[in-house]
Amino acid sequence: MMLSEAIVPLLLTLKVATLATVFASIVGIAVAKFLGRRRTFARDVVESLLTLPLVLPPTVLGYYLLVVLGHNGFFGAWLMRDFGISLIFTWQGAVIAAAVAAFPLTLRAARAAFSDVDAQLENAARTLGASESEVFFRVTFPLAWRGVLAGALLAFARAMGEFGATLMVAGSLPGRTQTLSLAIYDAVMAGDDARANALVIVSLVTAVVVLLIAARLLQRTQRMTLT
Amino acid sequence: MTRIAVAIDKRIRADRREFQLSIQFESDADVTVMYGPSGAGKTLTLQAIAGLLRPDSGHIALNERTLFDSAKSIDVPARKRDIGFVFQEYALFPHLTVLQNVAFGRRRGWWNRNAIDEEVRAIVARMHLERFGDAFPLELSGGQQQRVALARALACKPHLLLLDEPFSALDTELRGQLRTELIQAARDAAIPMLVITHDSDDVAAFGGKLVNVENGRVIPPNIGATHFQTT
Repeated sequence: MMLSEAIVPLLLTLKVATLATVFASIVGIAVAKFLGRRRTFARDVVESLLTLPLVLPPTVLGYYLLVVLGHNGFFGAWLMRDFGISLIFTWQGAVIAAAVAAFPLTLRAARAAFSDVDAQLENAARTLGASESEVFFRVTFPLAWRGVLAGALLAFARAMGEFGATLMVAGSLPGRTQTLSLAIYDAVMAGDDARANALVIVSLVTAVVVLLIAARLLQRTQRMTLT
Repeated sequence: MTRIAVAIDKRIRADRREFQLSIQFESDADVTVMYGPSGAGKTLTLQAIAGLLRPDSGHIALNERTLFDSAKSIDVPARKRDIGFVFQEYALFPHLTVLQNVAFGRRRGWWNRNAIDEEVRAIVARMHLERFGDAFPLELSGGQQQRVALARALACKPHLLLLDEPFSALDTELRGQLRTELIQAARDAAIPMLVITHDSDDVAAFGGKLVNVENGRVIPPNIGATHFQTT
């Protein structure tokens, strides 16, 4: 049965998307916290620049990632020289590509969720002796986590569907960097309709399962922070 | 002994309006009442004393300890001022139970643990809230929420308690009763209070030292002075 052939790209996709979501969420939450609740022109400019991965063509993103991570790029050359690590054509490279593409979603969701928290509650915590990190972990985050989670789920969906940047950075090596979306393209180009069908069905089922989990987790959320 | 000394200036710009706050007063009374109409700058003054609003210039001291001094670049952060704040809308943590709210300031760290010490239970009992220990703030009435807010502030053993319009969110019938309860609770805790209000009935009930505020400035008390006798 052709479905078994879909298992390898499926597991790879889940691994890449999960790790990408974790990284994108941690960085997104940290940057959202750093930008703070006050909206100033400078902070809006920073947020806009950080949202670029969402609006740029994925190939442009892939190009810049190659410029940075490639063997001639400043970061890639340093990794190669000092650690002997190359991220190009590896699944770790695919994680980075997906994380960068998904990051704007976690950032925007976290920023909206944090600024929805009543500033007076944070002030109350301060007068009760809480440091800024205590205020964040005991008041702000517990009240904002649903919005943050909504952003993480969108990021996961974005990471699962990542194609252009991943192709440029990690290539499409079956069993190594070929995620579901890349495998589907590969099967269609090769005229292998049966394989394409199986992969598409697996993608659909996975997407529905993710949406169901999301609905469960966000049951009591008033509004989703869609961008 | 001067309990509290305030002399601050702060210019606030909102939209195209400008507001100049210029407040000076001292008080060594157990209860100090700051009285004035809405928008006079009472809440801003309270926030400045608590460390939630940074004045442009001036000086704030509590029991001879300087909390803010623009000339000496002293600005003690809110968490180290030992000042309790009961917010107008109470600002109870909606994700925490009554007991967790009251215990909030008594433990450090990044987690809201459930361990409640005896002292917190005693404070909760004194405020007649034992039955609501595991309830969430939104399940309580306005008067009960206010008692939680007061208990939460007292649990930190502050050196001064700030009350921002403590009765404005309550209906008239409740006010009289809660005033008595609040005054009693603060007396029991032996913590000096600074109360702000725009309600002259509050002024009469609290007694103590009166500070009249209007349009961002302290003005001499000239309205019904016989009304405000120290109790």
